[in-house]
Amino acid sequence: MEGGVGIESHLFMDLILDLLPILVKMLVGFFVVLTTTAYLTLAERKFSAYMQDRIGPNRVGPFGLLQPLADGVKFIFKEDVVPNHVHKVFYIAAPALMLVPALLGYVVIPFGDSIELFGRTITLQIADVDIGILYILAIGGLSVYGLFMAGWASNNKYSLLGGLRASAQMVSYELTLGLSVVGALLVYGTANLRQIVLHQTEYWTLFGSIQVPHWGIFLQPLGFVLFLISAFAESNRLPFDLPEAENELVGGYHTEYGSMKFAMFFMGEYTGMITISALTVTFFFGGWHIPWIEHAGLTHNVVAALGVLAFLAKTACFLFLFIWVRWTLPRFRYDQLMSLSWKGVFPAALLNVFGTALCLYVLRRPM
Amino acid sequence: MLSSYLPILFQLVLAGGFACALLVLTHVLGPRRSTAVKLSPFECGVDILDEAHHRFSVKFYLVAMLFILFDIEAIFFYPWAVIYRDFLSEGLFLLIEMGAFCGVLVAGFIYIWRKGVLEWA
Repeated sequence: MEGGVGIESHLFMDLILDLLPILVKMLVGFFVVLTTTAYLTLAERKFSAYMQDRIGPNRVGPFGLLQPLADGVKFIFKEDVVPNHVHKVFYIAAPALMLVPALLGYVVIPFGDSIELFGRTITLQIADVDIGILYILAIGGLSVYGLFMAGWASNNKYSLLGGLRASAQMVSYELTLGLSVVGALLVYGTANLRQIVLHQTEYWTLFGSIQVPHWGIFLQPLGFVLFLISAFAESNRLPFDLPEAENELVGGYHTEYGSMKFAMFFMGEYTGMITISALTVTFFFGGWHIPWIEHAGLTHNVVAALGVLAFLAKTACFLFLFIWVRWTLPRFRYDQLMSLSWKGVFPAALLNVFGTALCLYVLRRPM
Repeated sequence: MLSSYLPILFQLVLAGGFACALLVLTHVLGPRRSTAVKLSPFECGVDILDEAHHRFSVKFYLVAMLFILFDIEAIFFYPWAVIYRDFLSEGLFLLIEMGAFCGVLVAGFIYIWRKGVLEWA
């Protein structure tokens, strides 16, 4: 009997030791993503201010650094207005349906290599699934429901138009987003995001001595451009922000929303931006990989830790690009938006797939 | 390996709980000072003429239908793309197969283009 109990408690300890890293990674990830989301709103306002020769928020804390906290508290303590004419259930569910998929998407993205702790190997990724990219696309597709539900349930003309535009735009660009990574999948031969990054840590040797990392940007330049265009449209950012075109639709699908419910749409949008930036880095910029660091002679754990920083820095660059573009380019017309997707990006993505397949055949065919 | 999906389940619980908590918190903590005007639909200050649920352009339905068709076909690219490298030794077989599939797709695409489905004028 005693032996049985011992084995059971041993199994229990093992279970705890397996679950603990997952929970820690999950909670830290959650905290980091939400904090980044909050500070992204501040960054957006600060950068836009500098681009327009203003100062931006500077009253709450030093350099306005506590502004996101103040905003959050204000949102929570605002009146929770549920107008009379709305379809209540859908109206209340819509912000949650927008936020939850956004918070689910990033879990499959690897943010670092692995570290050795107390004899255990911990991969720096919350969920290492084989269908990584399919999972992200599927979960990302769910947020259309939140948008359209909000537009429809608000029972307001502006909201309905915003919701319609948003759903048509998002489904069109979901297609091109999905197709633009097929070329990359051909090159990497896997849909697992960790394997994709590992593939990019190899090198080509040019002119005998110069080592160039296998980053996706060199293998799939056209795929990268198409992916980036679709990513901007998918996150409803300028120059594709027609769903909430302020000067025609007031606020689009979230016109009738206030207090925290409005903030949830915002959090969903910004979290989506973080996910898509991280995905761009994973697919085309080597994820956590720092070129040539293998020659520096550092220990595995130090390299992994630096890799996490590199991943965050690369993601931050793309987040800055999102903000930069928003305050630089004007908005598309709706017909331009749709024809860019169906007549421009879609055929180009198909061509990219076949071009990649042909190149692979010519270059990699066993003689 | 089902266990690799376990963190996703945890995350679903966490995210769902977070979203619900936010909805409940703002409902509980916010003041309630509603007036008839505050609860009416927003129409830029104009009196409301009629319901918002009008008929809308059929174009949106078309886009939704096209999306379903083409996105399903795009999904078929994924398994093909993932195994393509492993079958290079078998010559052009896999490429021609996908070419035939894609030919049908492109024929449909050209058809809808010529029919003017993609025009938003």
